[in-house]
Amino acid sequence: MQLGQHLPILQVVIPLLSAPLCLLLRNGRLAWMFTLAVSWLVLAGAVWLLLQVLAHGTVSYALGTWPAPWGIEYHLDHVSAFVLLIVSGISAVVLPFAGKSVAREIPADRVSLFYTLYLLCLTGLLGIVITGDAFNLFVFLEISALSSYALISQGRDRRALTASYHYLILGTIGATFILIGVGLLYMMTGTLNMQDLAARLPAVTDTRTVRTAFAFLVVGISLKLALFPLHLWLPNAYTYAPSVVTAFLAATATKVGVYVLLRFVFTIFGAAFAFQAMSLGPILLVLALLAIFNASTVAIFQDNLKRMLAYSSVAQIGYMVLGISFASLTGLTAGILHLFNHALMKGALFLALGAVFYQLGTVQLTQLRGLGRRMPWTMAAIVIGGLSLVGVPLTVGFISKWYLILAALESGWWPVAVLVLLGSLLAMVYIGRLVETAYFHAPPEDDREVREAPLSMLLPIWTLILANLYFGIDTSLTVGVARQAAALLLGVSP
Amino acid sequence: MATVLGLYNYWIAIFLMMTGFYVVIAHGNLVKKIVGLNIFQVAVFILYISMGKVRGGSAPILAEGVTSYSNPLPHVLILTAIVVGVATTALGLALVIRINEAYGTVEEDDIHSQDEPE
Amino acid sequence: MSPVFTMLLALTVPLVAVPLVVAARRRPNLRESVTLIAATLLFGLVVSLAPQVMDGARPAVILAEPFPGLPLALALEPLGLLFALIASFLWLITSVYSIGYMRGHKEQHQTRFYAYFAIALAAVMGVAFAGNMLTLFVFYEVLTLSTYPLVTHAGTDQARRAGRVYLGLLLGTSIVFLLLAIAWTWLLAGTTDFTPGGILSGTAPAATLGLLLTLYVFGVGKAALMPFHRWLPAAMVAPTPVSALLHAVAVVKAGVFTILKVSVYLFGSGLMITLVASQWLQYVAAATILLASLVAMRQDNLKARLAYSTISQLGYVVLGALLANAAGIVGSAMHIATHAFGKITLFFCAGVILVATHKTEISQMRGLGRRMPITMMAFLIASLSIIGLPPAGGTWSKWYLAIGTLEAGQLALLAVLMISSLLNIAYLLPIPLHAFFSAPSGDNVPGGTYEAPLFSLAAIIITTLGCLVLFFYPGPLYQLASQIGR
Repeated sequence: MQLGQHLPILQVVIPLLSAPLCLLLRNGRLAWMFTLAVSWLVLAGAVWLLLQVLAHGTVSYALGTWPAPWGIEYHLDHVSAFVLLIVSGISAVVLPFAGKSVAREIPADRVSLFYTLYLLCLTGLLGIVITGDAFNLFVFLEISALSSYALISQGRDRRALTASYHYLILGTIGATFILIGVGLLYMMTGTLNMQDLAARLPAVTDTRTVRTAFAFLVVGISLKLALFPLHLWLPNAYTYAPSVVTAFLAATATKVGVYVLLRFVFTIFGAAFAFQAMSLGPILLVLALLAIFNASTVAIFQDNLKRMLAYSSVAQIGYMVLGISFASLTGLTAGILHLFNHALMKGALFLALGAVFYQLGTVQLTQLRGLGRRMPWTMAAIVIGGLSLVGVPLTVGFISKWYLILAALESGWWPVAVLVLLGSLLAMVYIGRLVETAYFHAPPEDDREVREAPLSMLLPIWTLILANLYFGIDTSLTVGVARQAAALLLGVSP
Repeated sequence: MATVLGLYNYWIAIFLMMTGFYVVIAHGNLVKKIVGLNIFQVAVFILYISMGKVRGGSAPILAEGVTSYSNPLPHVLILTAIVVGVATTALGLALVIRINEAYGTVEEDDIHSQDEPE
Repeated sequence: MSPVFTMLLALTVPLVAVPLVVAARRRPNLRESVTLIAATLLFGLVVSLAPQVMDGARPAVILAEPFPGLPLALALEPLGLLFALIASFLWLITSVYSIGYMRGHKEQHQTRFYAYFAIALAAVMGVAFAGNMLTLFVFYEVLTLSTYPLVTHAGTDQARRAGRVYLGLLLGTSIVFLLLAIAWTWLLAGTTDFTPGGILSGTAPAATLGLLLTLYVFGVGKAALMPFHRWLPAAMVAPTPVSALLHAVAVVKAGVFTILKVSVYLFGSGLMITLVASQWLQYVAAATILLASLVAMRQDNLKARLAYSTISQLGYVVLGALLANAAGIVGSAMHIATHAFGKITLFFCAGVILVATHKTEISQMRGLGRRMPITMMAFLIASLSIIGLPPAGGTWSKWYLAIGTLEAGQLALLAVLMISSLLNIAYLLPIPLHAFFSAPSGDNVPGGTYEAPLFSLAAIIITTLGCLVLFFYPGPLYQLASQIGR
C-alpha cells in the first residue's frame, strides 16, 4: 500500500485527528506551531493531488474500501483539486500570520482551543471539497460551520457573540435546507453518491420532487455562500471575528460555498436541467448584479474597514455567481478563476487589516489617518490588494474581470459587461477613500508611537500580494485549471 | 383526498417546519429562537425517517419468512443529522449564555438598543 | 545589441533608476545624478533604435502570456519610435529643469517625486513599444496610477480633490469604455495585435464597428476629448515639471498616441474613412478644439490657460487620427512632436515665473519681459509653435492637418482649424506681448533681471531651440511620420 494512494482521505483525517491532539497541547505557542505544521502538510498533499489530477484525471478513493455507490467515495476532479489547493494554500499562508495576531487577540488560556477549532474548520472545508457523497458533504458542511461559529464568537468585541449567533441561526437554516434537498434526491434515486446521482437523476427530473429538491438546495447553498439577499449574516460575522478568522473564512468559506453550488448545479443536476428547465441563469444573473451594486454601494459608506471589505466580499461573490450564471465555458472559467483570485486578494487585504489592528487596536477609517507613512509596507499592501479588487491590469483582479466581460460579450449581453465594469468603479471609490485617508491626512493628535507590523505578519501579507501580481501576469496555472474545470462541469472539451 | 391524507407524514413535516421557521423569525428571545430552530430541524428528521418506511416492511433485521424490509439508510443518516443538531443547539445555547453575560439580556431588541449608541 | 534587447533595456532603465533614486534619498546631488544618467541612457537607447526602424526593422518580443493567444508583447514601429523619442528626450530635459525648479521652490518629498517620475516614464515606454492593444492598455493604466502621486504631490485638500478627478476620469473611462472595447475587439478579430492595415475590417457591420470606435475614442480619457477633459485642468495643481512633462507630453500624448494607434493599426485607414461614426467623432474633436480654446481665453491662471490650450491641441491630433488619410496621419503624428516641444516650453516658462516671482495669474505678468527676457522670449517662440506660425515647428503639423481635412473634403473642419488658430493667437500672444511692451504692473518694479534658476533656464533654451529646429529641419520627423502604417 502506498501512502499516496490514501492521500485523499489523509487530507481530511490528518487535520481531524490533529484537532484533539492540539487540544492536549495546553501551550498556545506549541499549538500554533503544531497547527502550522499540519496545515503545511495538508498543502503539500493538496499540491500533490492537483498534480495527480492534472496528470491522470480524476482521482477516486473508496472509503474503507467499500466501493461506490454503497460506500462513501472521495472524488477529486479538476474543480475540487483546485478548490482544495485554494483552501489549504490560504490556510498555509494565514497561519504564520496567526502566531502573533492570535496571541494578541485571544486570551492565552484559550489559544490552544482556538487552534483546535481552526483545525476542525479546516477539516470541514477540505472535506466538503473532497467528498463525492452528498450526505457526507452535509456533515462536513456542518463541521466547518459549527467550528466557524465558535471561531467568530472569539472576537474581542461583544458584538462578535451576536454576530456568531445570527450566523448560527441562518447557517443552520441553510444547512437544513440542504439536508432536505439531499433527502428528496435520495427519495427519488435511492443513492447519495454524486456520480450515481448524476447518472440516475435524468430519468426523474420531470418530477415535482426533484424540482423542489433543486430549489431547497440552491436556496440553502446561497445562504451558505452569502448570495445577495441572503448575505445578511456575513458583514457582522466578518467585522467582529478575530482578524485571522476573518482572513481565513473570507478567503475560503464562501469559496467552498460556491464550489458546492457548482457541484450540485452542474455535476449532479446538470446544466441542461438547471439552466433550461429551472431557468437558474436569469435568477442568478439578476441576484449577482444586485449583489455587486448593492454591496459595493454599501461598502462605500462603511467606516469600519473590516465591514467595508466584508460588503466588498458580498459584491465579489456576485462576480463569481455572475460567471456561473452564464453557464458557458468562458463564464464558468471566469467564475472558478475568481474563486482563486478573490481568495488571494481578500486574504491579503484582511491580513493587512489584521496587521493594522495589531498595531492600532482598531480598523476605523478615521484612525488610519496618516498611516501611509507609519506603516508603509502594510499600507502599500492594502493599496495593491485594493487595486487588484478594482481590477487594474497586472493584478489577478484584471484577469477575472477580463474573462467575465468576455463571457458577457460572448453571450451577447453587453449591458452586463458594462455593468460589471461600472461595478468595479464602485470598488475604486471605496478603495480610494481608504488611500486618501491613509496618505493625505495628518496622523491623529493623540499620536502614540505606531510602528510597522512585525515581519512574521508582513511576510504572509506580501506572499499573497506577490501572488496577486504573479498570477496577474502568468495565468497558465490558474486559467488552465479553471478552464479544464469548467469544461468538466459542462461536459464539453476545453 | 386520499392522496392528501395518504401523504400525511409530509403534512406533519411541513407543519412542524413552518412552525419552527415562524418561531425563529418572529421571536426576539434568543433561547426561543433556538427552540424554533430545533423544531425546524426535527421536522426534517421526521421527513427522512418516514421516507425510509416501506409499507408492510419489517424492521431491517434478517429473519426467516420476511421478504420486505424498511430502508435503514435514512435512519442511519438522520442519526448523524441528529448529532449535528444537538451540537448546533449546544453551541447556540452556549452563545446565548455568553451573550447574556455580556449584555445582561437575551432579548434581541435590548441587545440592539445597547449596541446602537456606539 | 539586438533591437529587441535594446527595447527591453529601454523599458527597464527607468525602473532600475527607481530603487537607486530611493537609496540616494539623503544625498540630493547623487539622487539627481541617477535620474540624469538614467534619462541620458534611455534617450541613447531609443535613438539607437531609430536607424533600424527607419530601415524597416520591426523588432517584436513577447513578455508574458496572461491569456492564451493574447500576450503582453512589445513591437516597435515608426509611430511608437516617434513617441518614445519625444518622451525620452523630454524626460532628460525635464529632469534638468526639475533640479532647478524643485530646489528653487523648496518642494517637499523630492525623492518620491523623482521615483514616481521614473516609473511613469517606464510606463510611457511601455505604451510606446506596445505590440498589441492589451499591452498598451496595461501600460496605460500603470501610467495613470504612477502619475497619481505626482498630481497629488502637494498633499493639500485641493490636490486631493484633483487626484480624485484625475483617477476617477482616467481610470473610469479606461475601465468602462476602453477595456470593453478591447475585449470586444478580441472577440471580433481574435487578436489585438497592431497590424498595418488594421484587423477589424470586415469583422462586423459598420454600425457595430462605429460603436466600437466610439468606445475607443472616449475610452482613452487621456486624449481629453470633451466631455472627459476635466481631469487635465484639475491635474494642474501638480508641481510644474509634472505638468510640463506629464500633462503636456507623456500622459496626454499617450492618450492621442493610443487613438492614433487604434485608428491606424486596429481599424486601418481604409476602414476608418468609410465609418460614419468616425465623422461624428471628428465633429466632437472639432468642438473640443473650439470650446477649449474659448475656455482658455477666459482663464487668468497661466497654468489653467495652458491646460485648456492643451485640450484644444489634443483635439487636433485626434482629428487627424480620425480623418485617417495620409496627410491627416502625418499631421497628427507630427503634431504630437511639435506640440510637445511647444507646450513643454510654455509650462517650463510658467514654472520659472512662479519660482522667480511667485506669480500665477496672467494679469500680474505685465512688464515681466524686462525682468525675465530669456524666459519671455522662449514663451513667445513656443506660442508661435502652438499657433502654427513660422519660425516654429507647429507650422508643419498644422499644415498637414489642414491638407488632411481638404483631402477628406471637410471644409467645415478646415474652417475650425483656421478659427482655432486665430483663437490661439488671441489667448497666447498677449502674454509675451504684454510682458515686453506694457508698463510694469503692481510690484513688477524694474530692479534688474532676476532670471530663473540656471538649470531651468538651460532646459527652456533647449526646448525652445527644439521648436525652431523642427521648423527648419522637419525632414527626419516627416520621414518617420510618413512611414506610419507601413
